[in-house]
Amino acid sequence: MAEASLIGVTRRFGPITAVDEIDLVVADGEFLVLLGPTGAGKTTTLRLFAGLELPDRGRVEIGGDDVTVLPPSARDVAFVFQQYSLYPHYTVFDNLAFPLRAPGRQLGSDAIKRRVGEIAETLRIAHKLQNRATELSGGEMQRVALGRALVRTPSLFLMDEPLSSLDAKLREELRLELKRIQRDLGATIIFVTHDQLEAMTLADRIGILREGRLVQTGTPQQVYQCPTSVYAAQRLGSPPINLLRLDTEGLPQAPATAARAGVRPEDIAVAAERGREARVLAVERLGGETVALLDLDGQTLHALLDAHVRLEEGATTRIAVRTMEPIWFDHDDRRVGHG
Amino acid sequence: MAEIRIDNVSKHFGDFVAVRGSTFTIRDGEFFVMLGPSGCGKTTTLRMVAGLEIPSGGRITLAGEDVTMKRGRERDIAFVFQLFALYPHMNVRQNISFPLRIQGLPRREIRERTEDVARMLQIDHLLASAVGGLSSGDRQRVALGRAIVRRAKAFLMDEPLGALDAEFRELMCEELRLLHNRIGATTVYVTHDQIEAMAMADRVCVMNHAEVLQIGPPLEVYERPATRFVAGFLGSPSMNFLPARGGLPKGAREVDVEGSMIRMPETRAPLETSNAMLGARPEHISISDAGPMRGRVFGIEYMGARQLVTVDTAAGRLKVRTPNNVRVHYGEMVGLEFASERLILFDAATDRAVPSALFSEAVHG
Repeated sequence: MAEASLIGVTRRFGPITAVDEIDLVVADGEFLVLLGPTGAGKTTTLRLFAGLELPDRGRVEIGGDDVTVLPPSARDVAFVFQQYSLYPHYTVFDNLAFPLRAPGRQLGSDAIKRRVGEIAETLRIAHKLQNRATELSGGEMQRVALGRALVRTPSLFLMDEPLSSLDAKLREELRLELKRIQRDLGATIIFVTHDQLEAMTLADRIGILREGRLVQTGTPQQVYQCPTSVYAAQRLGSPPINLLRLDTEGLPQAPATAARAGVRPEDIAVAAERGREARVLAVERLGGETVALLDLDGQTLHALLDAHVRLEEGATTRIAVRTMEPIWFDHDDRRVGHG
Repeated sequence: MAEIRIDNVSKHFGDFVAVRGSTFTIRDGEFFVMLGPSGCGKTTTLRMVAGLEIPSGGRITLAGEDVTMKRGRERDIAFVFQLFALYPHMNVRQNISFPLRIQGLPRREIRERTEDVARMLQIDHLLASAVGGLSSGDRQRVALGRAIVRRAKAFLMDEPLGALDAEFRELMCEELRLLHNRIGATTVYVTHDQIEAMAMADRVCVMNHAEVLQIGPPLEVYERPATRFVAGFLGSPSMNFLPARGGLPKGAREVDVEGSMIRMPETRAPLETSNAMLGARPEHISISDAGPMRGRVFGIEYMGARQLVTVDTAAGRLKVRTPNNVRVHYGEMVGLEFASERLILFDAATDRAVPSALFSEAVHG
């Protein structure tokens, strides 16, 4: 396993700058998740690490070596795509063994069998080793694709939304497995997603991308609690963060340069003793919790509440801001104090 | 009154039973969600209501009228397949008014109704715009407008949000629900996504293997599931099922789970089967040294407002939802405490919930 870095890397496609002056160091053994909407530059960044794209400017390093101009095959990285790319006429065993049989890897057939067996066990596809790839369900295929990347311990794993084509239950399961495997192997992983829950649950560190620029990196807790911009604040959290006017009753004294106050839905209380009356537009009883959509003097906001909170659509309720420290944003949508 | 009654309706395709003797009523003005895995019969049921399939047996009435054998276009309903496909060569006005134009309504009525709908959806300023340049939210509103402009007696929707990514789906769930609150039309909505069902439904109907298993308000079904399947299908992450010892008399208040005695709501019937499953949702387990069960932390997933801790115990791998300020570490041994009044005992032989004090509480308890 190894450290991997981009140093001042830019990649343009005609008039579009897909990756704009990115500096990013991924530590040895770190799980880094790149998060952003479509077109933010996540996949291009990943492909620059892989050698599938070459930078117009800047340097790419893996394990301390400059690999900027090396082809993908010379970089010792494994890539997992969103669409599983298996050899359809091979069995699961042969698909998993394929990277180990590459010329230059002098592994005996016993060693290959053992290694494939271990990985298949980990991913719970051991009973399918003799099946052809085409006989698998989507979830199984994606596990084989992950297995093929994991089977030969490369310096760096690059994963482009590998879970997004799976159903919710399987995604949940594989998320946990992937995190455990990464911990056990000490693997360095760069993982691209637009799913904020995936980013928060998997990442040691999240990198937030916007129009080709890396606008914030930090642990999930840091980015969630201390976003440096409105954009970063809106990337994490479901329902999304509320952005309130400064004259909203119940907010503490705002700093001089503040323009709006960011308050997470879990910090909005309803049925408060004092505070302004808000109209209840919608109530979603999600089972373990309730999400309410409220109208407060023309501002709509979300509250994340207990499962059994008494609240009726169309009624009014007094709301209060529970936190003493909202996230203050200035007129340029930056967090106050993060010029 | 656009009440829809499904009376002992079944549908066979050759030997295959797609829907087996369903009987239920969708109330006037209700947002009714049919939920289940693929192949459970929910879409077939919807298609029979729409008139796209003829039932093999039973009767369907729409607003009191027997429509069982009527064609789709003789029923006053709007079927929304793909909410989000717009005609790219038409502008917003033409897209919304399309269903009225093919009905051949007078031009003035078309204009008035189109503009009414556009105002309600707050896109009236966009009527002359090309759909290509719209934001994705506005595109969805145009598609919704096209669906509601007909003022049908009922709206039938088959996984309309299936193709959207998570963030946007949440937004659209909210918008659909708000729209429903405003126009109050009877809506039957089919999905396999339990979060959509919980978020939008007045009542949810859970199906599996061609049968209706339970119908009720989402929270009711979530908290008092009739079977283990329903319990596991609603909720993300899923309910934990702990192997428990059966053979309990009526009035039992605790159950043996791998040697730990766990308190639960008092049972109202005996459980004769020797094997049982104790169902506990992730939010009904907490980390506490005083708890009756112990386990090792296998995973910690930060989720912003909360965290999900996975713990390996003698009763299997359990998911525990805790506030994000509870400190735990990988590999640590922790105690687990259960919200006893919320636990559900299932008969392992039938997968049915054992009647208990939880089920006899007031519905809104």
